[in-house]
Amino acid sequence: MTTILALPETSRRILPRPSAALIWSALVLAVAYVAVPLFASRYVIEALLLPFLALSLAAVGLNLLTGYAGQLSLGSAAFMAVGAFAAYNFNLRLGFLPLPVSFVLAGLTAALVGVVFGLPSLRLRGFYLAVSTLAAQFFVQWALSKFGWFSNNNPSGVISVPKLQLAGFSLDTPTGRYLFSLTIVTLLSFFVWRLTRSASGRAFLAVRDGETAAKAIGVPVPQTKLLAFAVSSFVIGVAGALWAFTYLRTVEPAGFNLDRSFQILFMIIIGGLATIRGAFLGAAFIVVFPLLLARAGAFLLGGIFDSGVLDMTQRIVIGALVILFLIAEPKGLAALFDRIGARLSATAARLIGSSSPSPRS
Amino acid sequence: MSFFKFTKSASLAALLALSAFPAFADEQHFPLQSYRVGPYASGGTGFFGGFIDYLNLLNDRDGGVNGVKLTWSEGETQYEVERGLEVYERLKSAPGIAAWNPLSVGIAYAMLDRVAEDRTPLITLNHGRTDTTDGRVFPYVFPLLLNPYSESSGIVNYIAERSGGHDKLKDLKIAVLYHGSPYGRETIPIYELLAEKYGFELSQIEVAHPGNEQQAQWQTIRRQRPDFVVLRGWGVMNPVALTTAQRTGFPADKIIGNVWSNSEEDVLPAGEAAKGYTAIVSVSAGTEAPVIQEVTEKVYGAGKGDLADKTRIGSVYHNLGVVNGILNTEALRIAQERFGKRALTGDEVRWGFEHLQLSPERVKELGAEGLFHSINVTWDNHEGEGLVAFQQWDGTKWSRISDWIAPDWALLRPIIEASSEAYAAEQGLKLRTAEDVDKVATD
Amino acid sequence: MMDGYEVLFFFEVLVGGLLAGLMYSLVAIGFVLIYKTSGVLNFAQGAMLLFAALTFVSLVNYGAPFLLAFAATFAIMIGLGFAIERTVLRPLVNRPPITLFMATLGLAYVIEGAAQLLWGTQVRRLDLGISDKPMEIAGLLISSFDLVAAAVAFGLVAALGAFFTRTRIGLAFRAVADDQFAALAVGLRLPRIWATVWAAAGFVALVAGLLWGARLGVQFSLSIIVLKALPVLLLGGFDSILGAVVGGLIIGASEKLAEVYLGPYVGGGIESWFAYVVALLFLLARPSGLFGQKIVERV
Repeated sequence: MTTILALPETSRRILPRPSAALIWSALVLAVAYVAVPLFASRYVIEALLLPFLALSLAAVGLNLLTGYAGQLSLGSAAFMAVGAFAAYNFNLRLGFLPLPVSFVLAGLTAALVGVVFGLPSLRLRGFYLAVSTLAAQFFVQWALSKFGWFSNNNPSGVISVPKLQLAGFSLDTPTGRYLFSLTIVTLLSFFVWRLTRSASGRAFLAVRDGETAAKAIGVPVPQTKLLAFAVSSFVIGVAGALWAFTYLRTVEPAGFNLDRSFQILFMIIIGGLATIRGAFLGAAFIVVFPLLLARAGAFLLGGIFDSGVLDMTQRIVIGALVILFLIAEPKGLAALFDRIGARLSATAARLIGSSSPSPRS
Repeated sequence: MSFFKFTKSASLAALLALSAFPAFADEQHFPLQSYRVGPYASGGTGFFGGFIDYLNLLNDRDGGVNGVKLTWSEGETQYEVERGLEVYERLKSAPGIAAWNPLSVGIAYAMLDRVAEDRTPLITLNHGRTDTTDGRVFPYVFPLLLNPYSESSGIVNYIAERSGGHDKLKDLKIAVLYHGSPYGRETIPIYELLAEKYGFELSQIEVAHPGNEQQAQWQTIRRQRPDFVVLRGWGVMNPVALTTAQRTGFPADKIIGNVWSNSEEDVLPAGEAAKGYTAIVSVSAGTEAPVIQEVTEKVYGAGKGDLADKTRIGSVYHNLGVVNGILNTEALRIAQERFGKRALTGDEVRWGFEHLQLSPERVKELGAEGLFHSINVTWDNHEGEGLVAFQQWDGTKWSRISDWIAPDWALLRPIIEASSEAYAAEQGLKLRTAEDVDKVATD
Repeated sequence: MMDGYEVLFFFEVLVGGLLAGLMYSLVAIGFVLIYKTSGVLNFAQGAMLLFAALTFVSLVNYGAPFLLAFAATFAIMIGLGFAIERTVLRPLVNRPPITLFMATLGLAYVIEGAAQLLWGTQVRRLDLGISDKPMEIAGLLISSFDLVAAAVAFGLVAALGAFFTRTRIGLAFRAVADDQFAALAVGLRLPRIWATVWAAAGFVALVAGLLWGARLGVQFSLSIIVLKALPVLLLGGFDSILGAVVGGLIIGASEKLAEVYLGPYVGGGIESWFAYVVALLFLLARPSGLFGQKIVERV
């Protein structure tokens, strides 16, 4: 085995026709921009959509590194933390900067840190690299809570972010925060999508599929790896800033712990490696499913068991589902949705008749 | 199989839309962000168990507070901020919410601006963000009885008392062993201030999270030979501190635990090593207080007790939960005097908390004599001048070994105000004045 | 200049660090067993440790004598090993290692949940009857508990060594570790071997769980002991038992010395990441690893 990420063939396939992808994206965006602000309750936005958006973006970033470039990382939460604290400090200390600029600078800071912690990738591979990224996880958490400057010398090291404002307009409502977050996530996802289809994106894939072969066709392997770390950390850093500014509105280093890193890794595995929409599907599954399970459990059995027993059962169910998923649907939710989509469009084509051939036939 | 899973989640999605809160007019509701699993489950089960036990006692004995029935609902947080927020957003639509009691610093922080917006009190008994003591900046947040600064000052006052007066402090060497987290680091500047004021030699030593390895720290302590070690621990760090102290030959009776290192769960796993260990409390352990007796008799006797393990009745966390119940419901009672004996709005309950003054006599009437001393909350002092005491572990139980001691509030208040004013400036808030207290929203 | 006391103190920290390192090795060995034979970084090792310790302490609390509780827990761990092979490993055979790694994360959730559901979330005391008080040996304060733990670690390594070189199934393990396909070709039954190796890892988890549980109290935090074992594995190699022991010694000693002598300059609490830095620096200086594994070529 040359790589720990032997990928299924299908995930490398670009959607058959860009137009189909475009139509789908436009449809999803229309719902996200129009229908959601109109109909979603405050609970849905605050407790589901805001964490979903931030974590989706983090998953997009990690997918770039792990899914496309083949470098397994367990330190995503650390880069989120760097982004969150950097955005806070740029915003605090360079108050004249518009918020989006602070976010970009935060992303760049995270990218810089990402390159430093990506250096071991030049010598290590596979699980050795994965375990070495834990150094980032623990060092960043330690440094952020150790040096008071990062949290503006707040005695407990927990920061409250300022109210969200853009060009003089207050975005400090659930809908405002949601739209702000959605816009950033859309822009960055589009950027990553373009990147994966560029020469750099092809270099990522080449490094993933075999370093020797990549070298043979002239891909500069070390630079490519570090670029993957940089861009991935940039995206994850911005995701961290979103997590802090739009969702929690308070940040402490402890919130960016190893569990969060694993959570993001779960998302790209369940969603599907090396696909952008896989990151979103995986994030939706990981954010929403436990809540559904908890609600269903409390609804059906709440009177009989206390919340602790229900939560433990939920833990078991989620663990078992992850395993089941890995066994039954190794290509992730993205592949599952492709299949469902193909079946639906085949049915649609049959219904409409032979005049319009299915795009997926 | 995959399609089945898909339809199943679709049908479950419908459940999310359900909001299962029946609206009753005369009920006061306590949404509980509890944690019964995860690393801090023993604290959560004890505290929320005690809280629920007291609410049950009032409902069964008195029919609630002046006839207003007390209800509650639980959401599991595992002590995680994100889950705590989800529970907040989920439960906050319930009618008649009295107050939030998350018993988690992280969750409380994330709720600061949310409760201000929703005008509901947030109670952080014995913990929380120190500067929320300043009611001018934080109208809805109440770190009742003891904030982390008062805790530090109380501990130093106790050490002074044990050594024969404050003037003896200048000959002492004190080491503070703290957990490597925002919680642990919060008191670093206070100990420095206290050391400067009283002239004792101070060293502060950090233990990396989670604290299951402390060999190096205790060897450092042994080399420094301090007279006392203050333990600001957390979860597994506490028993490990005690066993490691024993292993490196530091006597347990010279270790003073803080308010998160004072429970049975902190000492039991350490066995022999914990004998003689002393810790600060604002709420005593033990089953002697009449209210605890009554809970045992009437609530557990009727099979309605919340603790699965009855031997935990009267444990530190359980008693803390009971006292939390007393403080919450007394605030309701005080607010009802003014606004009428009915279910109150969150802002009316806030007014009640801002007038929560329970003298030692009133505490005795409530059957809580010996559990806690008294409380004296005002609109600008949301901590309420709680007194502290010290308890010692004899290998099987805690016993109180000191009188109730007052922290040095006057010394701490200026630092608290500096911090809260900085927060107000950062967030663009206007400082409240005494006139604002009686402006009460009735929705 | 260091005076006599300081020299003594230095050695005390060093010896304490070496002994603490062996406690990490105990956890690391469980990882090595599984990685060696199936190429999986088993993140559920911590959960297994928690499960074993909780089961043992619950049985003891119900009045079972030590040996009986130990045997019963061991039997349960064997059952768990076989169940994992049947339900997780076999369906995932020939999948990329990252899939298996993720599966062990899922498994950790299941085992942690089940352990707490079965035995409760209370913190419990585990008394093995070994004193944790200090003794003075050659002027150094050393805990007898640490010495027992060290003896157990070496005993375990010796036993595993004998097992691998002297028994049929042990030789089969090594054959699988060397070359899965060749092992298959000569007719070794992989599922059986995997189940056995998971059971063996369960045994290691039990031993480590008892020692760590006696020190920390048996509670949820036991499952995060794995984080202490990972830098040891990074340094010593995922597939070398000897590497786990030597790696543990190096990590333990350097981490404690750093905390005592370096910590005060940067504010302390550096243990959480310092071990990783030591392992990484070592690998950068000597990419072939502690015992000449060619990490660069490894997956």
